[in-house]
Amino acid sequence: MNKIIASILIMCISVGSVLSQESESIYKRPFIDFGKTAVGGYLEANSNYFSEDGVSEGFSMEMRRFNIFLFSKISKRVKFLSELEFEHGTEEIALETAQLDFEFSPFLNFRAGIILPEIGLVNSNHDSPKWEIIDRPLSSTSIIPSTLSEVGFGLFGNLNSGNQFINYHLYATNGLQDGIILNEEGRTHIASGKSLKSFEEDNNGRLMYNAKISVKNNNFGEIGFSYYGGVYNTFALEGEVVSEERSLDLYAIDFVLPFGKGVLQGEMVNALIDVPSDIVEIYSSQQKGGFVDLVYPLYKKEMFGYQNSVINACVRYENLDYNMGTFKSTGTEIGDEVTAVVAGLSFRPTDGTIFRANYRHHLTTDILGNAPAIMGGFQVGFATYF
Amino acid sequence: MKQINILLLLVIMVFIFSSCESILPKAPDSSDTIAEPIEGLTPHQLAFFMEGDELFAKIFTPDEGLVPIFIQNACEGCHVGDGKGHPFNKLTRFGKYDEDGNFDYMLDQGGPQLQHRSINNYLPEVLPENATHFSDRIAPIVIGMGLLASVDDQTLLDLVELQNNEMDGITGKVNYVLPNDFFLSEDIHIDSSGYYIGRFGKKASKVTLLDQVVFALKQDIGLTSDFDTEDPINYVIASNTSDGVPDPEVGSDVVNRLVFYMRTLKSPSRRNETDQSVIDGEQIFKDMGCVKCHVQTLTTASSEIEALSNKVFHPYTDLLLHDMGMSLNDNYREGNAKGGEWRTPPLWGLGLADDSQGGIGYYLHDGRATSLEQAIEMHGGEAAGVIVNYNNLSDEEKGKLYAFLMSL
Repeated sequence: MNKIIASILIMCISVGSVLSQESESIYKRPFIDFGKTAVGGYLEANSNYFSEDGVSEGFSMEMRRFNIFLFSKISKRVKFLSELEFEHGTEEIALETAQLDFEFSPFLNFRAGIILPEIGLVNSNHDSPKWEIIDRPLSSTSIIPSTLSEVGFGLFGNLNSGNQFINYHLYATNGLQDGIILNEEGRTHIASGKSLKSFEEDNNGRLMYNAKISVKNNNFGEIGFSYYGGVYNTFALEGEVVSEERSLDLYAIDFVLPFGKGVLQGEMVNALIDVPSDIVEIYSSQQKGGFVDLVYPLYKKEMFGYQNSVINACVRYENLDYNMGTFKSTGTEIGDEVTAVVAGLSFRPTDGTIFRANYRHHLTTDILGNAPAIMGGFQVGFATYF
Repeated sequence: MKQINILLLLVIMVFIFSSCESILPKAPDSSDTIAEPIEGLTPHQLAFFMEGDELFAKIFTPDEGLVPIFIQNACEGCHVGDGKGHPFNKLTRFGKYDEDGNFDYMLDQGGPQLQHRSINNYLPEVLPENATHFSDRIAPIVIGMGLLASVDDQTLLDLVELQNNEMDGITGKVNYVLPNDFFLSEDIHIDSSGYYIGRFGKKASKVTLLDQVVFALKQDIGLTSDFDTEDPINYVIASNTSDGVPDPEVGSDVVNRLVFYMRTLKSPSRRNETDQSVIDGEQIFKDMGCVKCHVQTLTTASSEIEALSNKVFHPYTDLLLHDMGMSLNDNYREGNAKGGEWRTPPLWGLGLADDSQGGIGYYLHDGRATSLEQAIEMHGGEAAGVIVNYNNLSDEEKGKLYAFLMSL
């Protein structure tokens, strides 16, 4: 840890200038004008019409999220940000963020509270109005369990030199818990490791660690490398060791690159999960996944009286392998994969508001690798900051 | 111009959404699927079927009783898509002969079945050191069970008599087993001094589907039920190790829905039935003598489920035990069934087996054969004469035989 901090300080000295906290993605929300205190949020709803192997549940509408932000600039260099999420009405209410950012210098900030670990592209950048496709990428929800918010603390900072930008994050959190294995999915499911209890105390006294470094060039785009991991299981009860310590390690690469007038963005994530050897074929020890989004503006002019409105075309390819490896008994490859293609159009009358129409084609292969179940469907919806 | 472009875009979107139905994935052909109800169920029965379907796919968690030891966490874990099992879920029965020559299922040491997986800090079971007899199995396809369950015992006894009269070496027998306490005799059953004819399981050791479901819940998933309230125990650790979930972990409502689901899963439809090679293959199948055990047609007795009542169906089994020779002898006894004796497995669904086994067919009781040719050649014992006939077939005739089997 000391070496990493020392390296960052050396980098800071070697570059010409630094960026302030405002360049962080979580502050890139329209309601924040860096006045004293601001209230904002976003709203997201859509319709669904899906069919799997010819069987459809018909048309339905979904009120996905109503999120309220509260921002306060306590002083020039001390900021507070929180996010309260209502998912599906009041089915799930969660305090997703409640963090304090304390600036020692622009390249050395302290962050504590309920934070969003920086892993992959989506977790700290998950606001629906920012995305052209209604569903979040599968790798960002099933392997990286977005939105992952945890009690923790750490450091972050930004540096720049001309066209080059470097952004780093280092955090320690209570981390994910036993649900990675003990869950209703019947497989290793990292998202099930989230637990409300972790806001009160850790399950095993071993923190998880998160690190990310991103490099951005104004001409070539941005690429980020991130890690999240640590011991997830309850290995001791009342001080008595009842199990081996079992760890989770997530490694991700994400990118946002210019593509003509459009943007190419995505992430790839590899997860290594230590599970007992007798269940490893059912509860996998390695998962991988990723997605690539291409967003391309088709029409960018005033429409319906909205200046700078834009119609975008978008396409996503995503693949997820929940269970990498082969069966010991047969030597054949284990299945349990999902591949999906999503295509759509979006209309942004303003920066913070988007209307979206998507078609999703989704193939799910079971653990034995049998012929996939094919799902297809349409979604139409909107999302807006307020 | 701007308005025209926007209008054009809107028209395209309306066109796309109005053609939703034609773009969406279509259902696979009914003859290629097996997880469907039999025809003729009432709406209430269909609702019961769907509830059973959901339970069959349900993944059980440690909080629901998936501990301390298990083989799979759901019925569909072994019977993927209701189909035949895969070797990665192979289960092992164990036992030994005692000093009096009686077979001991070693219930006091965790028998009759090994649960080699565990979760939540429990330890998996291991085979007892003093176990001497073992039998590996893969899960059977679960379709058409209600039809098999509705054949009366007298039909099976008639088949025994018929086979014995033909004096050709094929001598099927029924497996008389002592039923569980919860067994309720029906009109189809014949009491033989408290013993009844088994028809489910690889060695016909289960009289009813209820027996089979209760056994599988406990021995495969580690779940206690109203019908069997004791957790499987890992005797390597202690004689009273159990999970922290109150028993029974599932009630009779769950068990009954699972039984109803299995009773009302349809039997598979034939495919390519009119192809000449399939027709020729069927004749070869009959001429070889395969039909003596793999009996083509059975008829159900009256049933309280009208859709199962008095139905003629084609399972290609006699539900009887046959000696299959040394190569298939596992030296593991179940009731009257000796090591080399196996219940004739129904051949329906054979052509769809590899669709649920990851694209490779794993045949016979433990999946040891990966082709029809291997599976047939491993038949011995009472089938020895039939195998001679098989070996005399030309390659073309064998191809037709396989075509017929794959049409089932």
